[in-house]
Amino acid sequence: MSPAVPERLRRSTRDRELVTPEGIALPITVASKGARAGALIMDLAFITFLQIVTMITLASIAFGGLANFFEAGDKAGGIGALEFLFVLWIIAMFLFRNAYFLFFELGPRGATPGKRLVGVRVAARDGGRLSVEMVIARNLLRDIELFLPLVFIASAGDEDAGAAMLAGAAWFLIFALFPFWNKDRLRAGDIVAGSWVVEQPKRKLEAAMSATQEEDVDGAPAPAFRFSDEELDVYGEYELQTLERVLRENRPEALANVRQAIAGKIGRTDGEGEERAFLDAYYSQLRARLETRMRLGERKADKFA
Amino acid sequence: MSAPPSQNGAIEAAALRSDRFRFEREADWKRLEAIVVRMEKGQLRRLSDEDVQALPVLYRTVASSLSVAREISLDAATLAYLEALVQRAWFVVYGPRSSLWSWLRAFLGGGWSRSVRAIWLDVLIALAVMVAGTAAGWLLVAGDPDWYGSLVPGGLSGGRVPGASREVLQQTLEATDGSTGLSAFAAYLFSNNAQVSILAFALGFAFGVPTLMLLVQNTVGLGAMLWLFAGQGLLLEFVAWLSVHGTTELFAILLAGASGLHVGRSMAFPGQLGVLEATAVAGRRAAQVMTGVVMMLVVAALLEGFARQLVGDSLGRFVIGLFMLVLWLAYFLALGRGGEEEDK
Repeated sequence: MSPAVPERLRRSTRDRELVTPEGIALPITVASKGARAGALIMDLAFITFLQIVTMITLASIAFGGLANFFEAGDKAGGIGALEFLFVLWIIAMFLFRNAYFLFFELGPRGATPGKRLVGVRVAARDGGRLSVEMVIARNLLRDIELFLPLVFIASAGDEDAGAAMLAGAAWFLIFALFPFWNKDRLRAGDIVAGSWVVEQPKRKLEAAMSATQEEDVDGAPAPAFRFSDEELDVYGEYELQTLERVLRENRPEALANVRQAIAGKIGRTDGEGEERAFLDAYYSQLRARLETRMRLGERKADKFA
Repeated sequence: MSAPPSQNGAIEAAALRSDRFRFEREADWKRLEAIVVRMEKGQLRRLSDEDVQALPVLYRTVASSLSVAREISLDAATLAYLEALVQRAWFVVYGPRSSLWSWLRAFLGGGWSRSVRAIWLDVLIALAVMVAGTAAGWLLVAGDPDWYGSLVPGGLSGGRVPGASREVLQQTLEATDGSTGLSAFAAYLFSNNAQVSILAFALGFAFGVPTLMLLVQNTVGLGAMLWLFAGQGLLLEFVAWLSVHGTTELFAILLAGASGLHVGRSMAFPGQLGVLEATAVAGRRAAQVMTGVVMMLVVAALLEGFARQLVGDSLGRFVIGLFMLVLWLAYFLALGRGGEEEDK
C-alpha cells in the first residue's frame, strides 16, 4: 500500500493506521478525551441508576415480605428471607461495580452503553482480536483509577477529612490525567491490557458523482462544458476532493465562489448562471484525467505537485 | 460478480471507470453492511445461515474492493465509506470471541493453570513476602504486646486481644449453632476479600511496591494473632480454624499479589519488548490469574461462612483445609500441561 493513499480532507492528530491480518492498512481514529470522559460519566450514571433501582426493589420486597412473615408469627422465616435479600444485595452491588463494564465490552460492539452513545469502542492495540483477558485487565485497573480514591475520600474520618480529600484527589488526578501523557490517549487500564479506545465509524454510501452525467462512455455527445488537458492539469487530487465536498454539500453561494475561482484560474468566462453544470463537468473530467494518470502510476497530490 | 439487471443501466451510464467499478460491487458492499449492522446489534439469531457463512468471504471481497479503489478511484466519499465498512466488518470478524462460555471452558480447562505457572517467580516472591510479614508480626508482638492493637484492626479482633483468657480465645474458635446469618456473612466476606485482592493486583501498576506493602499489611496481623493464640497453647486449634478457608483464601491473596507483582516487574524490567508491549502481555496473563482468584474467593467465602462454622473439631478442620490446599496445588501444577504453546 503506497503511503500516498488519497489524503482524507479531515485530518487530525488522532488518526492512526491499523494493519489488518489481510495486510490492508485501515485509517483509525483514537477517541477524543472528551468523548471518553462523557462515556464514563454516562456509564457511572447508568450504574448508579441500576443500583438505586435494585435497592428500592429489594427494600420494597423486604418490607412487604417481612410484614407477612411477622404477621404469621414466623420469626425465623422472616430473618431467613431478610438474609437472602441481603446476600442478593451484596452480590448485586459487587456485580454492578465489577461486571458492568466487562459484560458490555465483551459484547459484539465492544462498548458500554455510554461508549456507544458517544460512538467509541474498545479495540486491541496490536490489530488482533480483542480478547477476554484484555477486557478483564483493563477493567480491573478501573478499581484503583476510579473507585478507590472515591471510597478513600468517602471513608475518611471527620478529623482528617481535609488531608484525605487532598490525597484522594491527587490519586484520582494522576490516573485521570494519564491519557494526557501519551499520544494514544491510553489510560492505565489500557496500558496494562494492550487495548485502546477508538472511534466507531458510521458512514453511508453516497451517490456516485459521475453517474448523474449524461456523458457517454466514449464522451461522444458533447457535454455542456469541455475542458482541455491544460485546463485540467492545473489541479490535483486535493483540489478534486475539495470540489467533491462542495458538490455534495450543494450550497449555491459556495458553488458560485468555487466556479469563479476555477474559471479565473484557467481563464474561462463561461458557466455564469450554470455553476452546477460547469462544476459537475469540471469534476468529472478532472477526475477522469487524474484517475487515468493514476493507473499509469503518476499521481498528482495537489496543485503544487 | 455480475450486477443485478436493474443496475446495468447505472453501470452503463457511469462515465468513469472508477464509478463503474463501484456500481458492479455495490450490492456486495450493501449486503456486508446489512450483516455487520445486525451483528453489531447482537441479533445473531436473526441472521440466515447463508449470511453467516458469507461474512468472511464478503469481508475479504470488500477489503479487496478497498485496495483496488485506492489504486483507481479518487472518489473520497466512496473511499471513506469503504474504509469505515471494512473497519466495522473487521471488528465483527475479529471481535471478542462470541461465546463467553467457550472462553470459560478453555480457562478452567488449563488456561488458568498455565498462567499461574507462568508467573511462578512472582508467586514465590509474594509467598516469601507473606511469610516474612507473618514472622514480622509475630516477632513485633512478642517483643512488645502493645503492637497488637496497631497490627490487628479493632473491628477484626473481636475479643482476641492480649491478656484475654484461654476460655475467651477458645470461644472465638468454636462452631456456632444453626446456620442463621452464615450466608450473609459469606457474601460479605467474598465481596470484601475480592475487592482487596483486586486492589492488590491493581496496585501492581506502581511497579509492584504497593502490592508488596499490602501483602505485608495483611499478614502482620495474622502473625500477631498466631502469637496470641500460641501464648495460650491454642496454636494448633487456631491454625486448624484458619486452615478451613485460609488455605484457599491466603492462596488467592498470594496469587493476586503475585499478579500485581508480575505487572509491576514487567514495567520495571520489560526485557526485550518495549515497556508498553511487555506490560500488555503481563497484564493479560495476570488478568487470567485474577479471574481465577475471584473464583477462589467465592470458594473461600463459602468455606469460611459455612464449613468453618459448622465443623467444630480441629481434626475435621485440618482435613478440609489440607484437602483444599492439595486440590489447588494439583490443579495448578497438573492441568493443561503440554498446552503451553497455545498461549504464545
